[in-house]
Amino acid sequence: MLSIKNIHANIEGKEILKGINLDIKAGEVHAIMGPNGSGKSTLASVLAGREEYEVTEGEVTFLEKDLLELSTEDRAREGLFLAFQYPVEIPGVSTTNFIKAAVNEKRKYQGEEPLDAVAFLKMMKQKMALVEIDQSLLSRSINEGFSGGEKKRNEVFQMAMLEPKLAILDETDSGLDIDALRIVANGINKLRNENRAILLITHYQRLLDYIQPDFVHVLYNGKIVKSGTKELALELEERGYDFITDEADLAASL
Amino acid sequence: MTNVNYFKDQFEQLQDSAPESTITELRTDGFNTFNKSGLPTLKLEEWKYTNISSLFDKDYQFANAPQQLNADDLDEIRLAGHEAANELVFVNGRFIPALSTIRSAASQLVILPLEEAAKGSHQALVKKHLGQSSVYLKDGIHALNTSFIQDGMFILVPKGQQLEQPVYIYHISDARQQNTLSQPRSLIIVEENAKLQLTETYTTLGTAESFTNEVLEMVVKENAFVEYYKIQHDGLNASQVGSTHIHQVGKSYVHTVVVSLNGGVIRNNLNLVLDAEGNETHLYGLYLLKGNSHVDNHTLVDNKRPNCFSNQLYKGIADDSSTGVFSGRIIVQPDAQKTNAYQSNKNIILSDKATINTKPQLEIFADDVKCSHGCTVGQLDEEALFYLRARGIPKAAAEVLLLEAYAADILAQIKPEALRNHVAELIYEHLSIS
Amino acid sequence: MNEDLNMLEQTALNDYKYGFVTDIDTDIIPKGLNEAVVELISKKKNEPEWMLNWRLKAYAHWLKMEEPTWPNVKYPPINYQDIIYYAAPKKKEQLNSLDEVDPELLRTFEKLGISLNEQKRLTGVAVDVVMDSVSIATSFKEQLAEIGVIFCSISEAIQKHPDLVKKYLGSVVPMTDNYFSALNSAVFTDGSFCYIPKGVRCPMELSTYFRINAENSGQFERTLIIAEEESYVSYLEGCTAPMRDENQLHAAVVELVAMKKAEIKYSTVQNWYPGDKDGQGGIYNFVTKRGMCQGDHSKISWTQVETGSAITWKYPSVILKGDHSIGEFYSVAFTNHHQQADTGTKMIHLGKNTRSRIVSKGISAGQSQNSYRGLVRAAKGATNARNYSQCDSLLLGDKCGAHTFPYIEVKNKTAIVEHEATTSKIGEDQLFYCRQRGIDAETAVALIVNGFAKEVMNQLPMEFAIEAQKLLAISMEGSVG
Repeated sequence: MLSIKNIHANIEGKEILKGINLDIKAGEVHAIMGPNGSGKSTLASVLAGREEYEVTEGEVTFLEKDLLELSTEDRAREGLFLAFQYPVEIPGVSTTNFIKAAVNEKRKYQGEEPLDAVAFLKMMKQKMALVEIDQSLLSRSINEGFSGGEKKRNEVFQMAMLEPKLAILDETDSGLDIDALRIVANGINKLRNENRAILLITHYQRLLDYIQPDFVHVLYNGKIVKSGTKELALELEERGYDFITDEADLAASL
Repeated sequence: MTNVNYFKDQFEQLQDSAPESTITELRTDGFNTFNKSGLPTLKLEEWKYTNISSLFDKDYQFANAPQQLNADDLDEIRLAGHEAANELVFVNGRFIPALSTIRSAASQLVILPLEEAAKGSHQALVKKHLGQSSVYLKDGIHALNTSFIQDGMFILVPKGQQLEQPVYIYHISDARQQNTLSQPRSLIIVEENAKLQLTETYTTLGTAESFTNEVLEMVVKENAFVEYYKIQHDGLNASQVGSTHIHQVGKSYVHTVVVSLNGGVIRNNLNLVLDAEGNETHLYGLYLLKGNSHVDNHTLVDNKRPNCFSNQLYKGIADDSSTGVFSGRIIVQPDAQKTNAYQSNKNIILSDKATINTKPQLEIFADDVKCSHGCTVGQLDEEALFYLRARGIPKAAAEVLLLEAYAADILAQIKPEALRNHVAELIYEHLSIS
Repeated sequence: MNEDLNMLEQTALNDYKYGFVTDIDTDIIPKGLNEAVVELISKKKNEPEWMLNWRLKAYAHWLKMEEPTWPNVKYPPINYQDIIYYAAPKKKEQLNSLDEVDPELLRTFEKLGISLNEQKRLTGVAVDVVMDSVSIATSFKEQLAEIGVIFCSISEAIQKHPDLVKKYLGSVVPMTDNYFSALNSAVFTDGSFCYIPKGVRCPMELSTYFRINAENSGQFERTLIIAEEESYVSYLEGCTAPMRDENQLHAAVVELVAMKKAEIKYSTVQNWYPGDKDGQGGIYNFVTKRGMCQGDHSKISWTQVETGSAITWKYPSVILKGDHSIGEFYSVAFTNHHQQADTGTKMIHLGKNTRSRIVSKGISAGQSQNSYRGLVRAAKGATNARNYSQCDSLLLGDKCGAHTFPYIEVKNKTAIVEHEATTSKIGEDQLFYCRQRGIDAETAVALIVNGFAKEVMNQLPMEFAIEAQKLLAISMEGSVG
């Protein structure tokens, strides 16, 4: 579904991604772990099309299309969803209206009729139950005055509504207490299916206790330096990043 | 009434006595403007709330520096910390080197009569910077100062000099014989990597009326650091227009605090021109007004280059029949992207005869900016007052306590401890006299 | 659920869609202004002598006044002798019913989305329509008359209710108040008159629709609304003009009087032709609007959505004379291309326990200049006066300007006045967030701007709110670069 080949990316002239290769198939859950500053969030931003990042080399194919050629909104309409690490507040714009606009933009792109109010409401009700989000939150302005947990739950709710093919969850566990983490992870698990791929970006292993990945990759200094199964995450938890990063530094110096 | 003819005669006498120079040229420009504009009236937007033209009914006269003033007379008016300060004295608007004490080494601090600086090795600096404030202050009262530039002062803090001793400027008006008009003029250059701490204060001798029409221009260069304090605690017979024009030509840091306690009609113009990328400026003001005092603070922050930061907080209290005016203008020019400019003006009104007029303004021509202003007019916190009284503190004392607390955050911005304590005492005394 | 998004989708329109000209016979007088013209206008309207004298007095005063220069707007000098002061669609006889209105006129207003045909109207809104200098028709008059509400053109009121007009005309905005009010007092041609008797809650929205059609003409309308004790009225005002290359002057005066416990809610969607994208043409909208909270516990609320006009100069104000009276001002001013707006309010607190609230949202795009100018005054006797003002500006693009000039004058020690203002642009993060959810940049900006303006939009009556949102979306077209 997603194929990343030798991606290099800069921000303000500084190279952050230095040749990333990654293949993700439908139904798979991949986790990308790595120490701070390794380029995890940059990878998510590049895939979603944030304009500050300049891709200098490599290619990304998403559902047989050249992803890098698509605008940010067309990537979203093709089914790429990014759950933000820091969801932004938009005063005065109600969450419900916002999601309705997003859902209908996507339907329009795919040649479908926009949902009418009744159908949309029905869909909302159903997805709300799925991710345990409260109606009152959705009538408020997007993320305005939301707690950290509420923001993340709102992200997962939007993911449920937009039914993406590929969901990239950028540090969705950060800033959550254990109860909020459990609710958010449950929501994500319910959205897991054979047609949907999920890319989890996280610093800590604890999210992976709740969402079991099929593959784990370690990103360090702009490159994937080690890949494995979920056991790799456990090993990281036990031994810290040092055992991998030292190895990588050693390899780089040779 | 001090009429135009008086100024004309005085001006002609002054010009006739001096050979042509940068300064006489400036005076001519100034007098032309003054002739055209006259004294500002309430019809001018910038003078909407402050009437100074009517003050000139009082028949002010220029006066020469009196002979009978000596160094001992200064003891009465010295600011705390003076033992370690460079003390500069103006009498009736003229810089008097004989009464001044310069404690810093000549390599650290250059202090000269302005006329001398305009002729000597600093000629180019004077020519370039003297009179730049006229671009912003176009009214007749500012032009009147320029028309009579005479016995002004030039200060230079040379490159790399982190001046340890502060500079204190005492402005003395002698109104023992007659109504006196003083027009001090200074030009201050703070060069690259230099540091200056400057304080000005004002005293009127005698019971006749004084009017001080001051212009101070300052140029701040790359990586320089300036603290500027103005303490106004003169008699009710002392009125003033004080214009401070600070031009930050290099990336630099300027911190200003203006405290107005007592006086007649006072107008302070404080201009900050942020003319280099990355300038940082802080402006604080406090006015605690009683009796018939009228204090008008006009600030202007002109953001001309990107990435500048400015923060303003002016707080005021108006009691009795006093009037407090605040007008703050923030301009963000088209090139000044990424400007952060904040302004806040808070007022407490304690009497039904007192007035507060406030006019914060934003004029923004660039889009990627964060600017805000806020202002409030209100009262002392009744709950807090009640709480204090319930603990047995008499009402008057409780009020002083709360007013002091209100002033505390501005007071805290006076960084030198000796000066801060000195002003704190003045504030306490001022608030305690009812 | 709110329908604003659908609306934004539907209104991906490019231009000023009200810019057409109606081809209709117009009765016009020659250009220029002098005493004879004032007399001619009065005569055309068959006015009583007292009205003519009032006009002449205003004219004499206007001659002595100077055009104000303090607003933050720039325009070439107006030649007051180059304006037509009276233009009216020709009509044969006095109309007895709407059926007799020229069908071309009816079509014009259909095109503008205003049906004059009462049977076709679904919502209960009574409309007075004013084209150029005269009122063309007023709907629902009879129904309103049954409960004592008078809703007619000001010309008709001068004929039929002279005592009311004599008593209140110029009582809130004196003819000498300012340059444009003096001009208006001399040459006003029509406008609406509303009188709500004691204790009546007006059952429908009253609305006036203003249309400039004739070339080179100015529009000088006069509106007077009187709400007697314990009455209520909600009044709406809309306006459009054809696209023309030259500037046209619109100088209206609106006066509101609210007696004890009365409430007037006045909403405006101002959409005069703003000129083209190069700043050619457009209306000069120099308007004086003021309300008097005469009685205790009265309330006047102004809501305005300003998207049109080349230049706007207007400060709907409230004089809070009655104790416990309330004044409100809610404003969205959007400027694009070369538009200039200098708008805001005055809240003059005179009575005890008076309250006012100001919410102003300015949005600047293109090369436009948008200024908020406001005055809050608490007079000596305004014990416990309260004001809260919030002025926010949003900048779209780096060639426009947003300015804030609030004046606060307090002479009472129990008054509390608070003012806050912010200026910002749409965050890159906000845009990216929307786009990541599949919403394109233009729609995202519209969404964010509508969110920014929401607090004000919420004050508008439902039907008007929808129109206002459409307008915002249209006006913003092309402002995202």
